[in-house]
Amino acid sequence: MTPKTTPPFTIEPERYELTAPASYVFQSDRREFFKFLGAGIFIACAVSKAQAFQESRGARRNPEDSLPQEISAWLHIGEDGTVTVFTGKVEVGQNIRTSLTQAVAEELKTPAASIRLVMGDTQLVPFDMGTFGSRTTPIMNLQLRRVSSAARNVLLAMAAKQWNVDPARLLAQDGKIADPQTKRSLSYAQLVRGQQIAQVVPAEDPLIPPREWTIAGQPLPKIAGRDFVTGKHRYPSDQTLPGMFYGKVVRPSAFNATLVSANTTEAEKLPGTVVVRDGNFLGVAAPASAIAEKAASLIRAEWRADPQPSNKELFEYLKQNQLPRGEHNDNSRFESGNVDAVLASATRQLQQTYNVNYIAHAPLEPRAALAQWSDDQLTVWTGTQRPFGVRSELATAFHLPEEKIHVLMPDMGSGYGGKHSGECAVEAARLARAAKRPVKLVWTREEEFTWAYFRPAGVIDVRSAVGDDGKITAWEFHNYNSGAAGMRTYYEVPNQRIEFHPVNSPLRQGSYRALAATANHFAREVHMDEIAHSLKMDPLDFRLKNLQEERLRAVFAEGAKHFGWAGTKAANHGFGLGGGYEKLGYVATFVEIAVDRSSGDIKILRIFTAFDCGAIVNPDGLRNQLIGANIMGIGGALFEAVEFENGRVLNNMFSKYRVPRFSDIPPLDAFLIDRKDEPPVGAGEAPIVGVAPAISNAIFNATGIRLRSLPLAPLLVPHGLRLS
Amino acid sequence: MDEMTLQVNGQQCQFAADKETPLLTVLRELLDLTGSKYGCGEGQCGSCTVLIDGKARRSCMVPVWAAVGKQITTIEGLAQGDQLHPVQQAFLEEGAMQCAFCTSGMIMSAVSLLNATRNPSEAEIQVAMQGNICRCGTHPRIIAAIHKAATLLQGARA
Repeated sequence: MTPKTTPPFTIEPERYELTAPASYVFQSDRREFFKFLGAGIFIACAVSKAQAFQESRGARRNPEDSLPQEISAWLHIGEDGTVTVFTGKVEVGQNIRTSLTQAVAEELKTPAASIRLVMGDTQLVPFDMGTFGSRTTPIMNLQLRRVSSAARNVLLAMAAKQWNVDPARLLAQDGKIADPQTKRSLSYAQLVRGQQIAQVVPAEDPLIPPREWTIAGQPLPKIAGRDFVTGKHRYPSDQTLPGMFYGKVVRPSAFNATLVSANTTEAEKLPGTVVVRDGNFLGVAAPASAIAEKAASLIRAEWRADPQPSNKELFEYLKQNQLPRGEHNDNSRFESGNVDAVLASATRQLQQTYNVNYIAHAPLEPRAALAQWSDDQLTVWTGTQRPFGVRSELATAFHLPEEKIHVLMPDMGSGYGGKHSGECAVEAARLARAAKRPVKLVWTREEEFTWAYFRPAGVIDVRSAVGDDGKITAWEFHNYNSGAAGMRTYYEVPNQRIEFHPVNSPLRQGSYRALAATANHFAREVHMDEIAHSLKMDPLDFRLKNLQEERLRAVFAEGAKHFGWAGTKAANHGFGLGGGYEKLGYVATFVEIAVDRSSGDIKILRIFTAFDCGAIVNPDGLRNQLIGANIMGIGGALFEAVEFENGRVLNNMFSKYRVPRFSDIPPLDAFLIDRKDEPPVGAGEAPIVGVAPAISNAIFNATGIRLRSLPLAPLLVPHGLRLS
Repeated sequence: MDEMTLQVNGQQCQFAADKETPLLTVLRELLDLTGSKYGCGEGQCGSCTVLIDGKARRSCMVPVWAAVGKQITTIEGLAQGDQLHPVQQAFLEEGAMQCAFCTSGMIMSAVSLLNATRNPSEAEIQVAMQGNICRCGTHPRIIAAIHKAATLLQGARA
């Protein structure tokens, strides 16, 4: 049996969600819940069938399940007043444990400290596709507010019945129901005692509007922050079980290599060591990690691999290795008006090509899993953004029904879209089955840089026409391989052709923070700058002239005002901007750079971002995510690129792959537009997309040198320039 | 395998290990002190930073024999009972973490810096923290937390 180490990834979350084997299994019915959690109030949220379909793709395996299949979240109030909330979303550093807690506290009118979130435990939480695509805030936040609001109404009704009064005159506040007229109050614990109330709520209950929020909308520090500054929190790689062994995988010589032979004799002589050879999988388990490493190093394996392309010929390769485009991908092609005719007759035209390299997520915690078998039941603690997806992978790999597999996801050391898959879980489980005891496997940094997947590289061809009045008349945009996310233009253009071209990728590729939107915004926003320059127009004025979307205009305008776009600029300084619409958020990023003409040093002086993600749930957490996305964007903009050759990654260590460090961080600031009249949406991804074009445009503004490929820093060298 | 003794967080810890084993492995695997993290194994990311005789060291690069006879402090040994170290307190107050996987290493590097330099400048902080990677991009808050910790420490000394 070969472990499924390379799931069939395509590049868009929207796409590979379709291929993910979605399931819809409830391990616990309501009665079991009360048995597990004790008496109390149990509220489940039923979303519309359409939304359930969207989140689960409808592919249910257990039609006999005891709960409605549209259940997306549930909540329990125990006899001590403790609120336990169950969600399939997971905490990976984006601080949704905190922001979702705030949402519950707000609607339920109870202190955040009395709320506990159970996240990503496949045996306890409703099915969830995974934590990606900035969906937690627009979807899960809303659903948790609904169950909480329903729970509040149940509590109000219980108190009203007890006092024999109209519930409308009662108030829920601070974990109590109070009657302002009689000054009586009952705590939630008092009300819940001895009760067993279960309700499934429709998704239409009215919610507290953001303008009236008192707990949501305010900064709340990270839940259990103290456990993180004292080292107490146990990440996936910190999990242990008594008697566990340590795993080590012997990796192939190159991507897609086949195992020809393996001499494991010397390895098997080491104390306690178990060697597993199963198809292309070769690994060891041993009582100590040092022994496992030694055993792996003693194995003499012969692999056979075909010649493979290198990053030196990457962009030619992408253009030459297109795949037929699937007809079902409606969002991969868009056309309006008559692009060809307008381009054929236009006098002002521009045609350019933009490139982005593969980059690595490099989450600081590499993949880790601890697997334990008990008869044919499998339990795995692992770091993943898709616990249910990992469960599916395990079920496939071990030919087990999903009910026999339990995946738990302790709050992990980040993902950025890089931990959607379950390779490490499958490997640990395979080794544990052979070792007949729990096995922990933690990938090395080199493994993480090589055997995880990458953000897709891409080539983007843009052709445009513009009138003398500064109005864009035609826009043709072809993205090869990097993906369709954020590909459509938000500028008003009557004649458009926008197309995504899938490619037989030379590397395994998958999701990433904002995924293809970074490449597509880079190409679009640099091209906009190029047109503006050709017209001798101010780049901001040119954008606004072609933009009607009011919220996007607002972030451009507010950002420009706070940045000082119209202000005077010192000699040898450059201003640049880039912005757009991504994952329901509106963003505009402004950059100032300085060039030292004598040394050739280029320095980023400041980055300023204006952002609108609807009503703000936690301004402190939002700022952390926004600045973090900006900083992550600096890496991909300036120096990150995966170097590879013949099926091997050449820069698979932090000493060879440069990520942003303290010296790379300019002053960053942001202006947050709090739209209380709009629903809250996600914020972890959108603020990355404006960074690269804004930097490139600022470099052009200061030097006249146009850089059209990411990363930018290597392109400066031939011009006698370098980043300082 | 060698019988060895280490002074960790003020306690004598005895264990058997190959003396070339990285200190980080001993801490995590044999002493169950998992607050120090593995992030790269080549001393490049700082996640494994501990104090050896008060100075920040990358424990993934220190063979355990080299730590014998020295005072080792890990993140677990920084607080005094319930009283957080001022650097821990400052990180909490500034919200200087996201996934927080880098946080213990950041805090240990910052403690080492503040042991040597009471009121570090921005440039001194940058140099001292350059070897610690934060992938979530929390750098500005970490710098703010170190400034705050310097103030808290000065208050404690006064």
